[in-house]
Amino acid sequence: MEWAGGRGLLAAVDERLLDSIVPGMPLADARAIAPGIVALDADPEGDAAALRRLAQWCGRYSPWTATDGTDGIWLDLTGVAHLFGDEPSLAADLVARLKRRGLTARAAVADTPGAASALARAGGKSVTVIPSGAEQLALALLPVSALRLPPETCELMDRLGLRRIGDLYKLPRPALVSRFGLAAAERLDQALGKLPEPLSPLPPMPTRSSHRCFAEPIARPEDLAAAIASLADALCRSLARDGVGARRLALRFYRVDGVVLALEAGTAQASRDPRHLAHLFASRLDRIDPDLGVEDMRLEALAVEPLGSRQPGLDRTGAGNDRSDDALARLVDRLETRLGAGSVARLRPRDSHIPERAQERVPALAPGRGGTLWNAGKTRPLRLLPRPEPIEAIAPIPDDPPVQFRWRRLTHRVRAADGPERILGEWWREPYAGEGSWRGGSSPADENLRDYYAVEDTVGRRFWVFRAGLHKPGVTPGWFLHGVFP
Amino acid sequence: MNATAGRVLPPPEGLAALKEQVGKLARGSVGDHGVLPFGVSAIDAALPGGGLARGAFHELSGIDGDEEDGAVAAAFLAGILARLSPPAPVLWCHVFDDLYGPGLVARGLAPERLISVRARDDRTVLEAMEDGLKVPSLAAVVGEAGALPLTASRRLQLAAANSGVTAFVLRRWRTGTRAAAERAEPVAAATRWRVSALPSRPVDGEPGLGRLLWNVELTRCRGGVPAHWILEACDATGHVALAAELADRAPAPAERQPLRRAG
Repeated sequence: MEWAGGRGLLAAVDERLLDSIVPGMPLADARAIAPGIVALDADPEGDAAALRRLAQWCGRYSPWTATDGTDGIWLDLTGVAHLFGDEPSLAADLVARLKRRGLTARAAVADTPGAASALARAGGKSVTVIPSGAEQLALALLPVSALRLPPETCELMDRLGLRRIGDLYKLPRPALVSRFGLAAAERLDQALGKLPEPLSPLPPMPTRSSHRCFAEPIARPEDLAAAIASLADALCRSLARDGVGARRLALRFYRVDGVVLALEAGTAQASRDPRHLAHLFASRLDRIDPDLGVEDMRLEALAVEPLGSRQPGLDRTGAGNDRSDDALARLVDRLETRLGAGSVARLRPRDSHIPERAQERVPALAPGRGGTLWNAGKTRPLRLLPRPEPIEAIAPIPDDPPVQFRWRRLTHRVRAADGPERILGEWWREPYAGEGSWRGGSSPADENLRDYYAVEDTVGRRFWVFRAGLHKPGVTPGWFLHGVFP
Repeated sequence: MNATAGRVLPPPEGLAALKEQVGKLARGSVGDHGVLPFGVSAIDAALPGGGLARGAFHELSGIDGDEEDGAVAAAFLAGILARLSPPAPVLWCHVFDDLYGPGLVARGLAPERLISVRARDDRTVLEAMEDGLKVPSLAAVVGEAGALPLTASRRLQLAAANSGVTAFVLRRWRTGTRAAAERAEPVAAATRWRVSALPSRPVDGEPGLGRLLWNVELTRCRGGVPAHWILEACDATGHVALAAELADRAPAPAERQPLRRAG
C-alpha cells in the first residue's frame, strides 16, 4: 500500500484477491469490496533489493540477468535454453521454482525484450513462449499499455480508440510519431524487432570459489595437496581482484562414488595468502578418506572481509610490523585448525566481581580492553579452578577461616589466613543456575554469599577457600577451594 | 666429509677454531640471542652470561606439594615473562584451563600479552609450542606439560635457538610419585628450576599472612653451576629480590654449598 495525497493506494495485491481488487485502488474502496483484507505499508527499497537478489538468483539459468522496472527480471536465454531442455521447459521450471519460494510469476520468451515484457505483463498466461518472428501476431491483441509507454500516452491512445497494440500497426508511421512522439514509435519498433534494444545486465556475482575437475580420480595425499595448492592459488587471485581476504573457507571433495566430504577452516585475520590457506587444509588431509578417488574439488570462501592490497618490501619500516602480525595470525590459524575452534584465546577482563566471571576468553587477535579492570592489589590466585572443589574443613563458627582442611586426599593445616572477603552474587542473575553444588544458605538472600579466605598451610602453600553462605541454626555451610596462590 | 678428510688443518688455528665451536655447542645458544638478567646479582652471577639465556629452552617445576598446580613456578615464570622486552605476545599452551588473569597481573604479566592455547594433552602442548617457537614476533612460548621426552625437549631447544624465541616448559604432574620419577629424567634444557613456597614470616604484631617467600633452586645450568636461593615473591613489575636477611649477607650464602651438584 502506498500513501499518496493522504489516501492509501494499493501498490500490490495478493493473487487470490485480484478478481475483486486491483493495484492502484484506494484502500477505502478496497476495504468496501473486501472487508477482511490486511493492509501493509509498501517498502519500495526493500522490494528493489529483493528483486535484485532474485535477479542474481536467476543467474542459475543464464549468466545475463537484469532487473526490469519494479517488478520484472530480464534473462537473456541466447544459447542456454538447451541446458534445460528447451525454452518452454526452462520458463516452466523458473515459474515452478519461484512458486515454491512463494512468489507468483509469469514468464514469457520472445525474440525481443519488448515483446517478452508485454506478453509476461499482459498476456495472462503463466508461461508464454512465442516462436521466432511471431511478435506481430502475438502482440496484436494486447493492450497498448503493455508497450511500456508513459501513462499519459496510453490515456491519449485510449481516448482515440486505440486500445490494442494491433490498432497501432495500421497507423501510418508519420502520424504515429507526430501524435504520440518518437518514443512511442520506438517502443513499438523495439517490440517488433525493427529496432535493437540494448539492456545492461547486473554486474556478475563475484566468484568466491575455485574449482578443479580431474581427468582421472585422484587419491594420493600428495596429489590432493597439490590440488589444494592450485585451488588456493586460483581463489586468492579472485579475492585479490575484489580486494578482500577470506575469513572462513570450505573445501569440498566430490568422490567418485558420489560422497561429498568437506573440511572447514577459519582465519584469525582476513587472508589471501595461497600458501597459508592451502596449509590450513593440507594439514588435515588425514581426515579425508579419498576411497576410490576424488574427481572434483571446490574451495569456497564462505566469509570475506575487505583486505587492502600490500606491496611487500616497499615500506621497510612499517612492513616489518605487518609481517610479524601476519606470522602470528597464521600461527593462530594453524593452532585453531588443529586444536579446534576457540582453543586459542586471549584472557580479557570482564566487569564482574564474581571471580570466575571476571575473565573471559576472546579470539586471540580481537581488539580488546587492557587489564585495567584487574587490580593488581587485590588478593587473587594465579590458578583459578574451573569449578570450586568441595573441601572437608574444620573451622570455628561463625566466621573464622578453617584451621584444617582436606583437599584432593591431602590434609592441610592452616598456619595463617587473611580474610574474609565477602563476595555476593549478582542479584540480577539466576543464582548460579545449574551449579547449585556450592549453594550454601537456605534462604535466597544468602545462598549467593561467599566468604573468601587466603590461607597458608604449614609448608607455605597458599590457597583461596570460601565458605558458601552463613552459619545458621541447623545449617552447616560448605567449604570450597577455588584457587591456588603462588 | 670425504673432501675435507684429506686436508690437514694447521694445528694451532684448527684447534682454536674447534675449541670455539665446541664451546659454542656446549653453551648452546647463549650469546646468540642475549640474556635476561634477574637484576639480583646473586642469581645473575650463577648464570652464564649474567642472566637467563634468551632463545633457549628452560624447564621449571613445582615441588613440595606444588607438583600438580605449579602455581609458584607459574608465578616465578610470569615474573620472568613480565621483564622480557620488547613486550611482545607470549604463547601459553596448557591442558588445564586454570590460568587466572588477575593473578598474573599481580606478578607483572599483562594479560593482553598472553595468548592462551588450550591443547588436548601433553603431546599436543609440545607440538603447539614447537609451532609457536617458529614465530619470531613472540617474546616467549610457555607450555604446561607433564611428560617431556628427551627428543621433544631437544626439538624445543633447537626451535628456540633458531628463532630467538625463549621457550619454557612448566612441568605439571598428576601425582607426586610421577613427579619424582619424571623429574629425574634427562631434559635438554639450558636451565632447570625447581620452585616452591616457603612458610611466610609473620609481619611483627600483625595477624594474617606474611611476606611471600619462594625457595628457588637452579638444579641444572648449562655452562654454569647449580645454585639455590630464598627469594621474596616477585612484585607487580616482575622483579624478585633476595629475602631480606639473606640479602644482608655478602656474598652468596656459603651454607647452600652442599646443594650444588656438578652438571
